[in-house]
Amino acid sequence: MHYSPTPLHIPDGFLSIYVAIVFWIVTLMLVVYALKRVNQDLGERQVPLMGVLAAAIFAGQMLNFAVAGGTSGHMLGATLATILLGPWAAILVMTCVVGVQALIFQDGGLLALGANIFNMAIIGVSVSYFAYRTVQKLAGGKPWGLYVGGFAAAWLAVFVAALATALELAISGTSPANIALPTMGAVHALIGIAEGLITIGALAFLAAVRPDLVKRNKAEVPAGRVVWLVGLVIALGLAVLSPLASSHPDGLEWVAEQQGFIGLAQSPLYEIIPDYAFPGISSEAVATIVAGLLGTTLVFVVALGLAYSRRKRSSPVES
Amino acid sequence: MDYAIKIDHLGFAYGDGHVALRDVSLAVQSGAKVALVGPNGAGKSTLMLHMNGILLPGSGSVTVCGLRVDEKALGKVRARVGLVFQDPDDQLFSPTVFDDVAFGPIYQGLGEKEVRVRVDRALASVQMCDYISRVSHHLSVGEKKRIAIATVLSMEPEILVLDEPTAGLDPRARRGLITLLRTLPQTMLISTHDLRMVAELLPRTVVMDHGEVVADRPTAEVLADTALLEAHGLEL
Amino acid sequence: MHVHFLDPYKPRPSLIHAFDPRVKLVLALAFILAVALTPIGAWPVYVLLFAVIVSVVMLSELGVGYVLKRSALALPFVLAAVPILFTAQGVPLLAVPVGPWTLTITVEGLQRFITILLKSWLSIQMAIVLAASTPFPQLLVAMRAVRMPRLIVAVVGLMWRYLFVMVDEVLRLLRARTARSGDPGLPGARVGGSLAWRARVTGGMAGNLLVRSFDRGERIYAAMAARGYDGEVRTFALPPIPTGQRLILGIGLAVLLLLVMLGYLV
Repeated sequence: MHYSPTPLHIPDGFLSIYVAIVFWIVTLMLVVYALKRVNQDLGERQVPLMGVLAAAIFAGQMLNFAVAGGTSGHMLGATLATILLGPWAAILVMTCVVGVQALIFQDGGLLALGANIFNMAIIGVSVSYFAYRTVQKLAGGKPWGLYVGGFAAAWLAVFVAALATALELAISGTSPANIALPTMGAVHALIGIAEGLITIGALAFLAAVRPDLVKRNKAEVPAGRVVWLVGLVIALGLAVLSPLASSHPDGLEWVAEQQGFIGLAQSPLYEIIPDYAFPGISSEAVATIVAGLLGTTLVFVVALGLAYSRRKRSSPVES
Repeated sequence: MDYAIKIDHLGFAYGDGHVALRDVSLAVQSGAKVALVGPNGAGKSTLMLHMNGILLPGSGSVTVCGLRVDEKALGKVRARVGLVFQDPDDQLFSPTVFDDVAFGPIYQGLGEKEVRVRVDRALASVQMCDYISRVSHHLSVGEKKRIAIATVLSMEPEILVLDEPTAGLDPRARRGLITLLRTLPQTMLISTHDLRMVAELLPRTVVMDHGEVVADRPTAEVLADTALLEAHGLEL
Repeated sequence: MHVHFLDPYKPRPSLIHAFDPRVKLVLALAFILAVALTPIGAWPVYVLLFAVIVSVVMLSELGVGYVLKRSALALPFVLAAVPILFTAQGVPLLAVPVGPWTLTITVEGLQRFITILLKSWLSIQMAIVLAASTPFPQLLVAMRAVRMPRLIVAVVGLMWRYLFVMVDEVLRLLRARTARSGDPGLPGARVGGSLAWRARVTGGMAGNLLVRSFDRGERIYAAMAARGYDGEVRTFALPPIPTGQRLILGIGLAVLLLLVMLGYLV
């Protein structure tokens, strides 16, 4: 089975170290809070259910199907997890899915994992939650609320997650925002339609076979102030940063320059060891050559050691 | 009389109103090996889930090893009754064979040393010692069934309750499993459609249908009663 | 049928495989962090980091080809970094005519682009070695060692166990779909139906999978409860890390720190 990576899983190297670390910290805090809520609210039956649902969502992401234009639709699953489990458990389930994708299948980087969990688990679930709940309220308990809510939630979750991804890349100085945001937005507005339709199909099946699962409306659990706060921060962040990042390719550097702390941020490292303090390495060219020699020696020694140990290992069999 | 299992007038209905058990009474002596047969939906699985309190009686009572099965006695009951489910993929939920076999003893509150001893002993009695660090997914169905039995043997139960132990096995694996079951000393209640195994292994047979016990006699008599077998959709 | 090929773990009698999983996880993360911290254009350090990863790949005996092939996984994402070639401010290097426009590649843009590529490539190789040289149960041990919450580790463990079972089910569903997707061979007939119809069918399969997981979740809960599970996740205490492994960890971290510092000097 070819496990095809989706464009929302950022690999390592594409995020600046600051962005990666900030998102790790924010994500950790939110996941820990979700853990607290899950431990309070849910019974002991939930642990095996969360494990199996995580596996199902992972497996379901392989249920790709051809969308016009060659891109493939994937079931991201955040919306379905939110409707079935409620927002807190859904965040944990999606965190596990995204985490295992990175750790085992290298789909998304490890340092970038904080941002990836943020995009797919936290944004995916909270956007789904608010969209679904809003439509449910408007529908006032009529059956179309399930489908319209499911579609809106899935589409919006994909779209907002894509915008967040583009924004993170822009702030990292990897991809200029005025190119990344519209491109990612446009592509995922299409992918989102497929996601929404798949979600409707899944909800229709569930409503027919196990209406108890969708009717008990886990997503109706009243959200705490924290969720609203997170939603607000995400919305504000998108609103403020998008235009800012669009006009300046290197958003963070631009901000740093404006605030005058770019030199400040860099100076301490230089002060520890001034750049002429390394005797013998005066120019970059020489340094590269030295590094090349050192590296080659290391690899050579390792290869030699390996060959030696292999011979030793196989010799008793031969003799 | 020393009964390992004593069920009196047990009745049970599921949340959706479906009545699964009606006035079921059954007594099994220590060390006895009893077959539980009947068509799908007869209530066999529901009855088995009552044996260690996964389901609690709607009416009547269940007593195992002198303990009445209720909320308070759950821990003690579960240590005495080993329940092995039909699908070993449900029974083996841990990453490795060791973790699965150690699960019961860990939740019994045993220390690490004792748990390791129990795991070794349980795997030895199903002849699967070499599998201790294997990953459950990579095992064959027959191997999984054996490990599934080991996961309850490690709790050193007095009673084994098995659901369809031979289902899905090829003839050789089935033979191996029957031989294994013969060597185990525990009181056994086995739910099955495999009447040839019943004839070979279990001296007493209980027939269930529509949530009721319709016959409870020596196996040879039940298997000779063609009218009874036919009436309840059983075939030798 | 079993999906073995999904499991990236490859057993080998190698030094890397024999590492304590906790030491391995921390060193792998430290390597990726070091790569991220190395500044743009510090080529000598990248050469050294490359030598380190090549040595690790060789020591792991996984095969350089295998790791290279898998590392291509992140390749499509490179597209996201291409615009930086043209948009970074700096000394013009090369003008590329694209239709009516001319795009100018700058030296800074090129440096930055290559640095992103290198970082990504070096990091993913380390992640591949980690996953391919460590059996999953040991990775769970390592996760616990770095203080991952127990509930998360428990869910990840269950997820891993049932991932294979679920993938088998998905493959069965897909095969059933394929078996029924006939091509009528009529000119102009749309094979496979409309997009909405296909999405609905796929959604139905996803729903099917979810219903099955609810049923399975119930059965697993019963199997756990039957063995005394009470909602709390219990495990053994982790054994101490051997002194030799601690030494390797210390040396590894020191070398990586040195490399990062070197990056800010050259």
